[in-house]
Amino acid sequence: MKTLAELVEIRDRMKEKVALREGLGDKRIVVGMATCGIAAGARPVLNTFVSAINESGLSGTVSVTQTGCIGICQYEPVVEVFEKGKDKVTYVKMTADKVARIVEEHIKGGKPVKEFTIGEVK
Amino acid sequence: MKELSLYILDIVQNSITAGAKNIGISITEYDNGMLQMKVTDDGCGMDEETLNQVKKPFYTSRTTRKVGLGVPYLIMAAEQTGGRVVINSRDQEQYIDDHGTEVTADFNSRHIDFPPIGDIISTLSLLIHTNPNIDFYFHHSSPTGSLKLETKEMRQVLGDVPLNTPEVLEWIKDYLTEQYSTL
Repeated sequence: MKTLAELVEIRDRMKEKVALREGLGDKRIVVGMATCGIAAGARPVLNTFVSAINESGLSGTVSVTQTGCIGICQYEPVVEVFEKGKDKVTYVKMTADKVARIVEEHIKGGKPVKEFTIGEVK
Repeated sequence: MKELSLYILDIVQNSITAGAKNIGISITEYDNGMLQMKVTDDGCGMDEETLNQVKKPFYTSRTTRKVGLGVPYLIMAAEQTGGRVVINSRDQEQYIDDHGTEVTADFNSRHIDFPPIGDIISTLSLLIHTNPNIDFYFHHSSPTGSLKLETKEMRQVLGDVPLNTPEVLEWIKDYLTEQYSTL
Protein backbone atom coordinates (compact mmCIF):
# COMPACT_ATOMS: atom_id res chain seq x y z
CA MET A 1 0.00 0.00 0.00
CA LYS A 2 1.19 3.49 -0.87
CA THR A 3 1.07 5.66 2.22
CA LEU A 4 1.81 9.24 3.17
CA ALA A 5 4.67 7.90 5.27
CA GLU A 6 6.59 7.23 2.06
CA LEU A 7 6.51 10.96 1.39
CA VAL A 8 8.54 11.44 4.56
CA GLU A 9 11.30 9.34 3.02
CA ILE A 10 11.14 11.34 -0.20
CA ARG A 11 11.34 14.57 1.80
CA ASP A 12 14.41 13.39 3.69
CA ARG A 13 16.11 12.24 0.51
CA MET A 14 15.33 15.52 -1.25
CA LYS A 15 16.89 17.67 1.43
CA GLU A 16 20.32 16.85 0.08
CA LYS A 17 19.28 17.59 -3.46
CA VAL A 18 17.74 21.01 -2.96
CA ALA A 19 20.84 22.84 -4.12
CA LEU A 20 20.50 21.20 -7.52
CA ARG A 21 17.29 23.02 -8.25
CA GLU A 22 18.92 26.44 -8.27
CA GLY A 23 19.62 26.33 -11.99
CA LEU A 24 15.98 25.49 -12.73
CA GLY A 25 14.57 27.66 -15.49
CA ASP A 26 17.68 27.92 -17.65
CA LYS A 27 15.74 25.84 -20.13
CA ARG A 28 11.98 25.89 -20.26
CA ILE A 29 9.73 23.57 -22.23
CA VAL A 30 6.29 25.12 -22.50
CA VAL A 31 3.28 23.19 -23.79
CA GLY A 32 0.09 24.92 -24.98
CA MET A 33 -2.68 23.58 -22.78
CA ALA A 34 -5.84 25.46 -23.84
CA THR A 35 -8.96 23.77 -25.25
CA CYS A 36 -7.33 23.60 -28.69
CA GLY A 37 -4.14 22.03 -27.37
CA ILE A 38 -5.88 19.53 -25.13
CA ALA A 39 -8.26 18.43 -27.91
CA ALA A 40 -5.30 17.96 -30.27
CA GLY A 41 -3.41 15.76 -27.81
CA ALA A 42 -1.24 18.04 -25.66
CA ARG A 43 -1.69 15.99 -22.49
CA PRO A 44 0.40 12.96 -23.53
CA VAL A 45 2.99 15.33 -25.04
CA LEU A 46 3.46 17.21 -21.78
CA ASN A 47 3.47 14.06 -19.68
CA THR A 48 6.00 12.40 -21.98
CA PHE A 49 8.28 15.45 -21.68
CA VAL A 50 8.00 15.27 -17.89
CA SER A 51 8.95 11.58 -17.85
CA ALA A 52 11.77 12.02 -20.36
CA ILE A 53 13.29 14.96 -18.47
CA ASN A 54 12.99 13.16 -15.14
CA GLU A 55 14.51 9.97 -16.53
CA SER A 56 17.45 11.89 -17.99
CA GLY A 57 18.09 13.43 -14.60
CA LEU A 58 17.59 16.90 -16.07
CA SER A 59 14.74 17.92 -13.80
CA GLY A 60 17.09 20.19 -11.86
CA THR A 61 17.77 22.49 -14.80
CA VAL A 62 14.95 21.99 -17.29
CA SER A 63 11.40 22.94 -16.39
CA VAL A 64 8.32 21.61 -18.15
CA THR A 65 5.33 23.90 -17.85
CA GLN A 66 2.04 24.76 -19.53
CA THR A 67 0.59 27.87 -21.04
CA GLY A 68 -2.72 28.91 -22.60
CA CYS A 69 -3.60 29.27 -26.26
CA ILE A 70 -0.64 30.56 -28.25
CA GLY A 71 -2.86 31.53 -31.19
CA ILE A 72 -1.89 28.97 -33.79
CA CYS A 73 -4.56 26.40 -32.96
CA GLN A 74 -4.27 24.65 -36.33
CA TYR A 75 -0.71 23.65 -35.37
CA GLU A 76 -1.53 22.24 -31.94
CA PRO A 77 -0.12 20.58 -29.94
CA VAL A 78 2.46 23.37 -29.83
CA VAL A 79 5.61 23.23 -27.71
CA GLU A 80 7.97 26.16 -27.19
CA VAL A 81 11.51 25.77 -25.92
CA PHE A 82 13.11 28.76 -24.23
CA GLU A 83 16.76 28.88 -23.43
CA LYS A 84 18.72 31.72 -21.91
CA GLY A 85 20.47 33.77 -24.58
CA LYS A 86 18.97 31.83 -27.48
CA ASP A 87 16.00 32.29 -29.79
CA LYS A 88 12.78 30.54 -28.91
CA VAL A 89 12.15 27.31 -30.82
CA THR A 90 8.54 26.41 -31.67
CA TYR A 91 7.63 22.79 -32.32
CA VAL A 92 4.24 22.14 -33.88
CA LYS A 93 1.86 19.22 -34.45
CA MET A 94 3.66 17.49 -31.64
CA THR A 95 3.18 13.89 -30.62
CA ALA A 96 4.54 11.88 -27.72
CA ASP A 97 6.70 9.99 -30.25
CA LYS A 98 8.60 13.14 -31.21
CA VAL A 99 9.55 13.93 -27.61
CA ALA A 100 12.52 11.55 -27.30
CA ARG A 101 14.39 13.12 -30.23
CA ILE A 102 13.78 16.65 -29.00
CA VAL A 103 15.09 15.80 -25.54
CA GLU A 104 18.10 13.97 -26.97
CA GLU A 105 19.13 16.33 -29.77
CA HIS A 106 17.86 19.71 -28.60
CA ILE A 107 17.64 19.72 -24.81
CA LYS A 108 20.75 17.61 -24.25
CA GLY A 109 22.61 18.22 -27.53
CA GLY A 110 21.76 21.90 -28.01
CA LYS A 111 20.64 21.40 -31.61
CA PRO A 112 16.92 21.97 -32.37
CA VAL A 113 15.18 19.24 -34.37
CA LYS A 114 14.50 21.42 -37.37
CA GLU A 115 12.07 19.12 -39.14
CA PHE A 116 9.58 19.36 -36.23
CA THR A 117 9.64 23.17 -36.05
CA ILE A 118 7.00 25.56 -37.31
CA GLY A 119 9.08 26.61 -40.30
CA GLU A 120 9.29 23.06 -41.61
CA VAL A 121 6.00 21.35 -40.71
CA LYS A 122 3.17 22.07 -43.13
CA MET B 1 -12.60 15.56 -26.69
CA LYS B 2 -12.24 11.83 -26.42
CA GLU B 3 -12.24 11.45 -22.66
CA LEU B 4 -14.02 12.91 -19.68
CA SER B 5 -10.60 13.36 -18.07
CA LEU B 6 -9.68 15.77 -20.89
CA TYR B 7 -12.80 17.87 -20.25
CA ILE B 8 -11.74 18.02 -16.61
CA LEU B 9 -8.23 19.14 -17.60
CA ASP B 10 -9.76 21.84 -19.78
CA ILE B 11 -12.29 23.12 -17.23
CA VAL B 12 -9.62 23.25 -14.51
CA GLN B 13 -7.54 25.55 -16.78
CA ASN B 14 -10.28 28.15 -16.26
CA SER B 15 -9.88 27.83 -12.48
CA ILE B 16 -6.12 28.28 -12.84
CA THR B 17 -6.58 31.36 -15.04
CA ALA B 18 -9.02 32.69 -12.42
CA GLY B 19 -6.17 32.64 -9.90
CA ALA B 20 -7.53 29.81 -7.76
CA LYS B 21 -5.41 28.60 -4.84
CA ASN B 22 -7.63 25.64 -4.08
CA ILE B 23 -9.31 23.47 -6.69
CA GLY B 24 -11.65 20.57 -6.01
CA ILE B 25 -12.33 17.91 -8.61
CA SER B 26 -14.87 15.21 -8.01
CA ILE B 27 -16.39 12.38 -9.97
CA THR B 28 -19.41 10.63 -8.53
CA GLU B 29 -20.89 7.57 -10.17
CA TYR B 30 -24.38 6.52 -9.13
CA ASP B 31 -26.19 3.18 -9.18
CA ASN B 32 -28.59 4.39 -11.85
CA GLY B 33 -25.80 5.13 -14.35
CA MET B 34 -25.69 8.87 -13.76
CA LEU B 35 -22.25 10.38 -13.34
CA GLN B 36 -21.56 13.79 -11.86
CA MET B 37 -18.35 15.67 -12.44
CA LYS B 38 -17.69 18.75 -10.37
CA VAL B 39 -14.92 21.34 -10.41
CA THR B 40 -14.89 23.94 -7.64
CA ASP B 41 -12.38 26.72 -7.11
CA ASP B 42 -11.69 29.81 -5.04
CA GLY B 43 -10.66 31.88 -8.03
CA CYS B 44 -11.85 35.40 -8.88
CA GLY B 45 -15.32 34.20 -9.90
CA MET B 46 -17.60 35.78 -12.49
CA ASP B 47 -20.32 38.37 -12.27
CA GLU B 48 -23.79 37.51 -13.54
CA GLU B 49 -23.25 39.02 -16.96
CA THR B 50 -20.07 37.06 -17.63
CA LEU B 51 -21.66 33.91 -16.29
CA ASN B 52 -24.54 34.21 -18.74
CA GLN B 53 -22.12 34.68 -21.62
CA VAL B 54 -20.13 31.63 -20.66
CA LYS B 55 -23.18 29.42 -20.84
CA LYS B 56 -24.07 30.54 -24.37
CA PRO B 57 -22.06 28.61 -26.91
CA PHE B 58 -20.37 30.70 -29.60
CA TYR B 59 -21.33 33.97 -27.95
CA THR B 60 -18.11 34.26 -26.00
CA SER B 61 -15.82 33.38 -28.89
CA ARG B 62 -12.52 35.24 -28.82
CA THR B 63 -13.41 38.54 -27.22
CA THR B 64 -13.63 36.92 -23.80
CA ARG B 65 -10.38 35.10 -24.07
CA LYS B 66 -10.45 34.09 -20.42
CA VAL B 67 -13.20 31.60 -21.06
CA GLY B 68 -12.98 30.36 -24.63
CA LEU B 69 -14.84 27.41 -26.05
CA GLY B 70 -14.13 25.01 -23.20
CA VAL B 71 -17.41 25.48 -21.34
CA PRO B 72 -19.74 25.18 -24.37
CA TYR B 73 -17.78 22.07 -25.30
CA LEU B 74 -18.51 20.54 -21.90
CA ILE B 75 -22.18 21.56 -22.10
CA MET B 76 -22.46 19.85 -25.47
CA ALA B 77 -20.85 16.65 -24.18
CA ALA B 78 -23.15 16.49 -21.14
CA GLU B 79 -26.33 17.34 -23.04
CA GLN B 80 -25.58 14.78 -25.73
CA THR B 81 -25.98 12.10 -23.08
CA GLY B 82 -29.17 13.65 -21.72
CA GLY B 83 -27.34 15.40 -18.91
CA ARG B 84 -26.67 19.06 -18.17
CA VAL B 85 -24.15 21.58 -16.87
CA VAL B 86 -24.78 24.03 -14.06
CA ILE B 87 -22.33 26.82 -13.24
CA ASN B 88 -22.48 28.89 -10.10
CA SER B 89 -20.09 31.71 -9.43
CA ARG B 90 -19.42 34.43 -6.87
CA ASP B 91 -17.16 37.20 -8.08
CA GLN B 92 -14.53 38.69 -5.86
CA GLU B 93 -15.88 42.24 -6.12
CA GLN B 94 -19.10 41.25 -4.41
CA TYR B 95 -17.94 38.31 -2.33
CA ILE B 96 -14.62 39.41 -0.95
CA ASP B 97 -14.05 36.46 1.37
CA ASP B 98 -16.07 33.80 -0.37
CA HIS B 99 -15.54 33.98 -4.11
CA GLY B 100 -15.12 31.22 -6.63
CA THR B 101 -16.78 29.10 -9.24
CA GLU B 102 -18.47 25.72 -9.26
CA VAL B 103 -19.00 23.80 -12.48
CA THR B 104 -21.23 20.75 -12.22
CA ALA B 105 -21.74 18.45 -15.19
CA ASP B 106 -24.20 15.55 -15.10
CA PHE B 107 -23.85 12.75 -17.60
CA ASN B 108 -25.81 9.61 -18.31
CA SER B 109 -22.90 7.19 -18.44
CA ARG B 110 -25.04 4.53 -20.11
CA HIS B 111 -25.74 6.75 -23.11
CA ILE B 112 -23.90 5.82 -26.29
CA ASP B 113 -22.43 9.33 -26.56
CA PHE B 114 -20.89 9.24 -23.10
CA PRO B 115 -17.12 9.68 -23.43
CA PRO B 116 -15.04 7.20 -21.42
CA ILE B 117 -13.64 8.61 -18.17
CA GLY B 118 -10.19 7.97 -19.60
CA ASP B 119 -6.82 8.57 -18.07
CA ILE B 120 -7.69 10.60 -15.00
CA ILE B 121 -4.29 9.88 -13.43
CA SER B 122 -2.60 11.57 -16.37
CA THR B 123 -4.82 14.64 -15.97
CA LEU B 124 -4.13 14.91 -12.24
CA SER B 125 -0.39 14.39 -12.41
CA LEU B 126 -0.14 16.98 -15.18
CA LEU B 127 -2.13 19.52 -13.18
CA ILE B 128 -0.05 18.99 -10.06
CA HIS B 129 3.22 19.04 -11.98
CA THR B 130 2.50 22.31 -13.74
CA ASN B 131 0.79 24.02 -10.79
CA PRO B 132 2.77 23.01 -7.71
CA ASN B 133 1.51 25.98 -5.71
CA ILE B 134 -2.16 25.20 -6.12
CA ASP B 135 -3.86 22.78 -3.75
CA PHE B 136 -5.95 20.11 -5.41
CA TYR B 137 -8.57 17.98 -3.78
CA PHE B 138 -9.64 15.02 -5.86
CA HIS B 139 -12.40 12.61 -5.02
CA HIS B 140 -13.85 9.77 -7.05
CA SER B 141 -16.65 7.59 -5.79
CA SER B 142 -18.66 4.81 -7.33
CA PRO B 143 -21.16 2.33 -5.92
CA THR B 144 -18.26 -0.04 -5.26
CA GLY B 145 -15.90 2.29 -3.43
CA SER B 146 -14.12 5.63 -3.36
CA LEU B 147 -10.70 7.21 -3.42
CA LYS B 148 -9.22 10.63 -2.80
CA LEU B 149 -6.05 12.61 -3.20
CA GLU B 150 -5.45 15.78 -1.21
CA THR B 151 -2.32 17.79 -1.96
CA LYS B 152 -2.69 19.80 1.27
CA GLU B 153 -2.21 16.63 3.23
CA MET B 154 0.85 15.76 1.14
CA ARG B 155 2.28 19.23 1.57
CA GLN B 156 2.12 18.91 5.35
CA VAL B 157 4.30 15.83 5.16
CA LEU B 158 6.62 17.14 2.45
CA GLY B 159 7.43 20.49 4.04
CA ASP B 160 9.63 22.49 1.65
CA VAL B 161 9.85 19.76 -0.98
CA PRO B 162 7.72 20.93 -3.93
CA LEU B 163 4.84 18.77 -5.19
CA ASN B 164 6.34 18.63 -8.67
CA THR B 165 9.49 16.87 -7.53
CA PRO B 166 9.87 13.82 -9.83
CA GLU B 167 9.78 11.36 -6.92
CA VAL B 168 6.62 12.93 -5.55
CA LEU B 169 4.90 12.79 -8.94
CA GLU B 170 5.89 9.16 -9.23
CA TRP B 171 4.34 8.54 -5.82
CA ILE B 172 1.13 10.28 -6.89
CA LYS B 173 0.85 8.10 -9.99
CA ASP B 174 1.54 4.89 -8.09
CA TYR B 175 -0.83 5.87 -5.31
CA LEU B 176 -3.69 6.63 -7.70
CA THR B 177 -3.04 3.51 -9.80
CA GLU B 178 -3.20 1.43 -6.65
CA GLN B 179 -6.34 3.15 -5.43
CA TYR B 180 -8.04 2.70 -8.80
CA SER B 181 -7.25 -1.00 -8.86
CA THR B 182 -9.50 -1.42 -5.83
CA LEU B 183 -12.32 0.87 -7.00
